[in-house]
Amino acid sequence: MITTSAKIGLMTLFCIAFASMDAQTVGDVLIKNGTVLTITDGVKEETDVLIRNGKISRIGKGLSADDVVQIDATGKYVMPGIIDAHSHIGIDVVNEATDPNTANVAVGDVINPFAISIYRALAGGVTTSHAMHGSANAVGGQCETIKHRWGEQDPESFKMEGAPRTIKFALGENPMRVHGEGNNIIPRTRMGVEYIFRKSFASARDYMADWDAYNANPSAATEAPTYDLKMETMADILRGEIIVHCHSYRADEILMLVNVLRDFGVDKICFQHVNEGFKVAPELAAYGAMASVFADWWAYKFEVYYSTAYNATILTRNGVVTSINSDSGELIRHLYHEAAKTQRYGDLTDNEALRLITLNPAIQLGIGDRVGSIEVGKEGDVVIFDQHPLSIYAIPQQTIVDGVVRFDINQDADDMRMEIDPEESISNYIDYTLTEEQEACLQGVSLKYIHRH
Amino acid sequence: MKHVATLFIVILSMLYARGQQVQKSTYENVLLTKATVHTITEGTLTDTDVHIVDGRIAAVGVDITAPAGTTIIDCSDHHIYPGFIDSGTRLGLIEVGAVSLTNDYNEIGDIIPQMQALTAVNPNSVSIPVTRVNGVTTALAVPSGGIFPGTAGLIHLQGYTPEQMSAGFEGVVMNFPSSGKRGRWDRRSEDDIKKAKEKALKKITEVWDELAVYHKIDSAAAATNQSFDRYQPEMSALLPVYRGEQKLLINVNKDDDIIAAIEWISETGVDAILVGVAEGYRVAEEIAEAGVPVITGPVLSIPGRSSARYDVNYKNAGVMQQAGVKVAIQTTDAENVRNLPFNAGFAATYGMGIEEALKAITIAPAEIFGIDDEVGSIETGKLANLFVSDGDPFEMKTRIKYLFIKGWNIPMESRHTLLYEEFIDRSPGLEGGE
Repeated sequence: MITTSAKIGLMTLFCIAFASMDAQTVGDVLIKNGTVLTITDGVKEETDVLIRNGKISRIGKGLSADDVVQIDATGKYVMPGIIDAHSHIGIDVVNEATDPNTANVAVGDVINPFAISIYRALAGGVTTSHAMHGSANAVGGQCETIKHRWGEQDPESFKMEGAPRTIKFALGENPMRVHGEGNNIIPRTRMGVEYIFRKSFASARDYMADWDAYNANPSAATEAPTYDLKMETMADILRGEIIVHCHSYRADEILMLVNVLRDFGVDKICFQHVNEGFKVAPELAAYGAMASVFADWWAYKFEVYYSTAYNATILTRNGVVTSINSDSGELIRHLYHEAAKTQRYGDLTDNEALRLITLNPAIQLGIGDRVGSIEVGKEGDVVIFDQHPLSIYAIPQQTIVDGVVRFDINQDADDMRMEIDPEESISNYIDYTLTEEQEACLQGVSLKYIHRH
Repeated sequence: MKHVATLFIVILSMLYARGQQVQKSTYENVLLTKATVHTITEGTLTDTDVHIVDGRIAAVGVDITAPAGTTIIDCSDHHIYPGFIDSGTRLGLIEVGAVSLTNDYNEIGDIIPQMQALTAVNPNSVSIPVTRVNGVTTALAVPSGGIFPGTAGLIHLQGYTPEQMSAGFEGVVMNFPSSGKRGRWDRRSEDDIKKAKEKALKKITEVWDELAVYHKIDSAAAATNQSFDRYQPEMSALLPVYRGEQKLLINVNKDDDIIAAIEWISETGVDAILVGVAEGYRVAEEIAEAGVPVITGPVLSIPGRSSARYDVNYKNAGVMQQAGVKVAIQTTDAENVRNLPFNAGFAATYGMGIEEALKAITIAPAEIFGIDDEVGSIETGKLANLFVSDGDPFEMKTRIKYLFIKGWNIPMESRHTLLYEEFIDRSPGLEGGE
């Protein structure tokens, strides 16, 4: 029998708990006595990691801090929070599939703090993800690097403040299918895809020149050029202020984009999926292009038929900065397992395999100096596993973002309903076996464009 | 003239050398010695030999003496496991997912049980070698769509014709009417979903009523030695199911749909296997009580309800198995059936345990499909479907060294390994020739 006063007391407690959680975007925590997989400085046995004000402040043995929460990691493994360089979680829409160039839209405008996919990713040890626009357009929208600050309610609070801007490009079948086959406009072929990039960059160069001329001599007599958000974004790519992340598969189209970027002086490029990257790994390495790949996805469409799960290994051995990504609300929950696949399909060392889901994706997102390894001064993003994370038997125990425990397996609820409704609607259940299989990158594009061959 | 002859010999020898590069399966009697043998049904035996003769396991024991001519493979410090069985795939039925004319799993029509997966399986699918080098030797190829989309066929991943590949089990597939949504973009109201489900149930009832008549006529004809051979392919395909002579694979996932399916099974008396069963963890006791076996998976999948705990799909197989259900695991995949051991590995990690998870991809499906006298364990007399690994096959680091299917020694080669060998050290490299 709960009395009314007890109820009020409990409610007050809840309010305080939620209020304090909401305000607390950085935290302090001392992780004791774990095996620390630093990524940049080897494996440290029986070592403590102290996070203060959201930053890693000390790494060493026998650390103490009486005023902070302690987590006993004896017999457990402590690694940097996992980073996914390609996902579509935590956003309401993926594709603005209305034009071959939609550089004027941004995924940062559609973040959904209540997307359960963010929590599920956290439960898989992922602290940062790259919420990307889809691949319907040759030049897609701008993407957003988000931190999984689950529990926060303001969409803005998920954005990783200060992270470099990124944009989605896409080559091959998807833009060809959506625009050429679907709308009978360029591109219908890989020739047309190249043309869209050359036209967009050349137009942006003209646009910049017009503004430069006007700004050099702004007088009442001359009319200012028309402001164009699409051209502004393209110009920022030319200025080196935006990292290009390009959906790609075939070796020839990958080389095509490298040539286009070289001609326009753009050097910040990370190829995404890049299933045939292994065929042109020396060229990618020479240009300084990076690669974010699937561990083993292939054959779901023709342009990935000539693939190999050894892609990450070949790219790594050729000196390409490589990451393994999910592009999926399911795979993102076990990227540690996906990384381990490079030890079956190839011979990467433990540290090389773990780099694929930590420091390397951080470098690809331009945040390698802030996250991706356990180093003093870096952000307090850490995941604790009960066994070595490359083992199939490993289970993530706690996931910490900026020093705040955002997932704890011991505090995990059986029921994650945000709005408690005892008479749960039947429509809450989604039978995924009945769902038309669809590449996440093409979400929001009519299915009529997908099976047409 | 001399030059021509020399050239001829050079070309011949080049052709010969190239010919040598194609690795073929070999069929010979083999003795695998001093291995740790995971028999599945009779424990784990150390320092044990397995003798393969004429495609079958002739003996399992210590210090077996093999006759002259036997190939002897030293397996000390290595492990032998029975070949893994994926109880639900589209392997061989899809070559390239997005190219619809290479998709052979989904024929037009709601009630087409006569469609045979075995007839459409491509024995030369590039996905087959990719799959088997991870230790998967056997897979059920399953058609989908509609209410009765066809008849699934079990295949061994070796052979050049459906007859060579067939593993001796075929089952009719049924999609039990679902009260779940088809995806996040399913805009149907609850009422519409309910109506669609009732309509499908009504259709099934009509089919069963028709079958009752068909069964009577067919039985009467047989009793009087008359022939009854009007072409009614749907009825002919379903009759053995109606009579309980052939198994029915019932796809069903949501908790109350599972209960409804169990009731329907009990009413019709069919010999059923529940498939999918994503929410089995919610009704595990009821499934156990009904005594119906389950093929569940993929384990690596997300919960159907956003409210469900993140790991329910990982735990599902273990929860059902511990409630007393006979559980096999499927991937439902085509090109990545090679992930079957890792689906089982996740089930093992999240409560099922290694031993039971191994059973779920070996002896349990063999029993469910009624071929446990042929496959599913390392036992004398069974088909030599097995592999040799340097460790736990659920762990990514483990390498599989040898693979035998029906006694054929299969090369550890696939498109993925061939591309690796060609491109790990590409020649020419960057500048066009060194």
